[in-house]
Amino acid sequence: MPKVTVDGVELEVPAGATVLQACELAGKEIPRFCYHERLSIAGNCRMCLVEVKPGPPKPQASCALPAAEGQEIRTDSEMVKKAREGVMEFLLINHPLDCPICDQGGECDLQDQSVAYGRGGSRYHEHKRAVTEKNMGPLIKTTMTRCIHCTRCVRFSEEIAGVDEIGALYRGESMQITTYLEQAAKHEMSANVIDLCPVGALTSRPYAFEARPWELKKTLGIDVSDAVGANIRIDSRGREVLRVLPRVNDDVNEEWISDKARYMVDGLVKRRLDKPYLRRDGKLVPVSWNEAFQAIATLNPGNSIAAVAGDMLDCETMFAAKKLVGALGSSLLEGRQTGMDYDTSSLAAVNFNTTLSGIETADAILIVGSHVRWEAPLVNARLRKAVKRGAKVFLIGPEWETTFGGEFLGEDLSVIGNLPDHVWETIRDAKRPAIILGGAALGRGGLEAALSVGEQIGIVRELEDGTTWNGFNVLHMAAARMGGLMLGYAQKGGLADVVAAKPKVLLSLGADEVDYTKFAGSMIVYIGHHGDKGAHAADVILPASAYTEKAGTYVNTEGRVQWADKAVFAPGDAREDWTILRALADAFGVSIGFDSFEELRSAMISEVPALGSEGLADYGSDLPAGGGSASGLIAYPVKDFYMTNPIARASATMQQCSAELLHGEEIAETAE
Amino acid sequence: MALADKDRIFTNVYGYQPWNLKEAQARGAWDGTKDIIAKGRDAIIEEIKASGLRGRGGAGFPTGLKWSFMPKQPPVDHNGNPKPSFLVINADESEPGSCKDREIIRHDPHILLEGALVAGFAMGARAAYIYIRGEYIREAETLFAARDEAYAAGLLGKNAAGSGYDFDVFVHRGAGAYICGEETAMIESLEGKKGQPRLKPPFPAGAGLYGCPTTVNNVESIAVAPTIMRRGASWFSSFGRDNNKGTKLFQISGHVNKPCVVEEEMSIPFSELIEKHCGGIRGGKENLLAVIPGGSSVPLVPADQIWDAPMDFDGLKAVGSGLGTAAVIVMDKSTDIVRAIARLSHFYKHESCGQCTPCREGTGWMWRVMERLRTGDAAVEEIDMLFQVTKQVEGHTICALGDAAAWPIQGLIRHFRPELERRIAEAGNVAEAAE
Repeated sequence: MPKVTVDGVELEVPAGATVLQACELAGKEIPRFCYHERLSIAGNCRMCLVEVKPGPPKPQASCALPAAEGQEIRTDSEMVKKAREGVMEFLLINHPLDCPICDQGGECDLQDQSVAYGRGGSRYHEHKRAVTEKNMGPLIKTTMTRCIHCTRCVRFSEEIAGVDEIGALYRGESMQITTYLEQAAKHEMSANVIDLCPVGALTSRPYAFEARPWELKKTLGIDVSDAVGANIRIDSRGREVLRVLPRVNDDVNEEWISDKARYMVDGLVKRRLDKPYLRRDGKLVPVSWNEAFQAIATLNPGNSIAAVAGDMLDCETMFAAKKLVGALGSSLLEGRQTGMDYDTSSLAAVNFNTTLSGIETADAILIVGSHVRWEAPLVNARLRKAVKRGAKVFLIGPEWETTFGGEFLGEDLSVIGNLPDHVWETIRDAKRPAIILGGAALGRGGLEAALSVGEQIGIVRELEDGTTWNGFNVLHMAAARMGGLMLGYAQKGGLADVVAAKPKVLLSLGADEVDYTKFAGSMIVYIGHHGDKGAHAADVILPASAYTEKAGTYVNTEGRVQWADKAVFAPGDAREDWTILRALADAFGVSIGFDSFEELRSAMISEVPALGSEGLADYGSDLPAGGGSASGLIAYPVKDFYMTNPIARASATMQQCSAELLHGEEIAETAE
Repeated sequence: MALADKDRIFTNVYGYQPWNLKEAQARGAWDGTKDIIAKGRDAIIEEIKASGLRGRGGAGFPTGLKWSFMPKQPPVDHNGNPKPSFLVINADESEPGSCKDREIIRHDPHILLEGALVAGFAMGARAAYIYIRGEYIREAETLFAARDEAYAAGLLGKNAAGSGYDFDVFVHRGAGAYICGEETAMIESLEGKKGQPRLKPPFPAGAGLYGCPTTVNNVESIAVAPTIMRRGASWFSSFGRDNNKGTKLFQISGHVNKPCVVEEEMSIPFSELIEKHCGGIRGGKENLLAVIPGGSSVPLVPADQIWDAPMDFDGLKAVGSGLGTAAVIVMDKSTDIVRAIARLSHFYKHESCGQCTPCREGTGWMWRVMERLRTGDAAVEEIDMLFQVTKQVEGHTICALGDAAAWPIQGLIRHFRPELERRIAEAGNVAEAAE
């Protein structure tokens, strides 16, 4: 714990801290452009210069200098002020004065810091540098004349994303940041460089010229595009969501989000269900809410009713539907739309037990049936960190391009029960072994076989520091999955049990992945927000809200309970899901015990207390023994990263990404 | 006082004899290398320290001290295996005016290779990498051939020179970037990356090439080591003033009657160096305008101050310049001094790596103002502004290229401001400026 003096104030700083961190601990603001907490230190912008004694009689880059015992640091001296002014002037001489037409305006580090630390005028009267625009794909818009060469984007792609996509060409004042060969940035998290860019060089292409930051209402939300539950900020103006940005949460998403989470929101205004529909003579026709409710109630299903939950649902909707179905005397609830029937008697066995941040500390990881890059890009970034720390990774399943190496062992599930010797020895002898089971491995005995491997190597164990390590992980793909399982949305035989029961009424809660041909005899009531597969099969459509249009509780794949707020109102006649279910209860003439969202939530919490507190739910660490054998070729369920849910399928941006980045189509705009 | 032939280290600097191993051995190279190594690491470092040898690459850091920074016990990687140490020899001689390493490599490569072994052993290095400038094509060919000769004779490789020490020498050709002569940029370049200087700390002696302890030395610093070991530190330190010991290759170019590379003792007065070896200034002493005494990176010194100055680190520092690589660029009164410095500014603008802000943006700015000052198309107060800009670059950058770009301009403004103002006045911009 070295003691340093910052501007005359003595303080102790943690060992290994830099001078910049010491200054921040002392409450001093240090301007910076290239420095970023989550990236390696580049020290190239020279904005963070401070005066340090002892040392050479010149200002030092505080971001790169380790704090040492007895240092006298000055952030307020004339030398420091001059140094900052000088660097600021250099940064601005070739930076265009196009703030009025720059999308970064209002949230630009260069703008803010030039006001705070700049000279106020320029002495540069030569010609300014101009740099040609670069093609970085459908998501990242470039204005490279504005680039200040901080290399944050380069370091992000190399270090976090793990792909060599972005780099610097040429040298000196001709240096340019570009993608190699001007190919589009294809990584699933590529758009994070937009947030990292301290100036307007890399901006959001879909959001270009849409709004100014001060016009936007900022709402805290949870991403539902995968089961990670990334913390997001929803920026909206009026009734429209204009963009989604990540929020910092070290336990979940650090400060990144996937491109899908960021850019599927333009799908929220396309293909929306904004009024109730009823199927008459084989055609869906618009009707009033009353007509729709009557059509359902007159069927008088009694207890022949079932509910299937979609992948993006909040817990409140699922709970309200459970109450409704229960009031009618049925318990037919299911959330695993594709028919999986793995055992859910122990939630610990289907949870991501190491936690997302904990997987970084694992030293041997066996991944079974998960295309992690597509199923959870943020977990992929964590795995990369684990490998950087020395973890060994083995994968079972068809090969995909990992960003962390790893050894593929085979494509058949049976490999779990028959691991090669060196793999077996590695995970057996590891201090913190982990198994990650993806959706493709849960069925056909995969879960039980993996549990059995876990038991043999003692995957639940006491660590030297006295904490419990549970390395058994299931990586889900649906934001609603863990919440649904906690609320009982699982039949023993999976969806097949629901099919076998032949319910008169099937409540489809935004369930767009179900094979509805199996429910030919049922009235399908689709309560959802997009005209996707579920709506096509529906007999009645009740328009509901998307995730940005309702408050809700979500549980991510590690069992973390998180709350989201409502950012905007649903379009047209669409209502929040729980109100529709409440009205449906009236139509059926039953009581479900709540009249307001608060009552609903407290009823839900009294039934499932874990949903009442933010943070990890406790499922215990006792895993069932498992056993048996698994077999069958693994096929990953995600065929197209950008098209996994109805919102993304409706999104023009996601469609373009899919076409251009995955299917190699030339897009006219980028060829310009 | 002049260096006698018997005291020359570089006995074949003019290439009168072949460079090959046999002839080099006849001249004394590879003589008793085994015995030198038998003295042990500490003895060699102590001898070099006692000799007062300072780095010949420009910064003048005491060489023995630098070697002593290398760890005695090799650090271990995260698997517990010891890391090797490396010696990197900087033959990327790109400084305008400098041409000494070239003469060593093409005419006497074996004393460099022997020096590599001696220095490498002294610092516990597993191998030496000689990073040779890309434009030195024939020189690189010679160096490759000399290396092969040394390997064939058992002087390098396993049990090098019979010493029981295993030592390899690799020759790596650069691609023509000036910045790769900076020690950490050279390490980056050797690793196959873009040649951009690294942040210090960590210093190369802690984590250099491939993260292993590394020392980067100039060709001349390494090449003199075996001779110092053979003839003793006291012999070497008998030349030159205190703190500036030894002999040195001076490279005199420009407006002298006989430009040359010559080995002389340190601290020789400028006048003696010019009169004795270069046949005097073109047009006589009175015709001398200014001298850049240490390669393009150091400030120029006007004629009256340089004439009696001792050519060593401290003597040239006293006149506001530096010894640098001892590349003496002599300019007589026919020189357009502003254009000369503007050309140097263009060089630094062209060679800036672009990594850090002050150098990337500042070198271009300085060059553009210099170009206008050359024609007088400027205002008088822009001279002061330019001086301030050089001060904003100097000392604010990751490596010394920013300083090197700033110093020539500072020297020009310090000594030739009247000339700059005269041009502005002649171009008719004074009245405008005075308004």
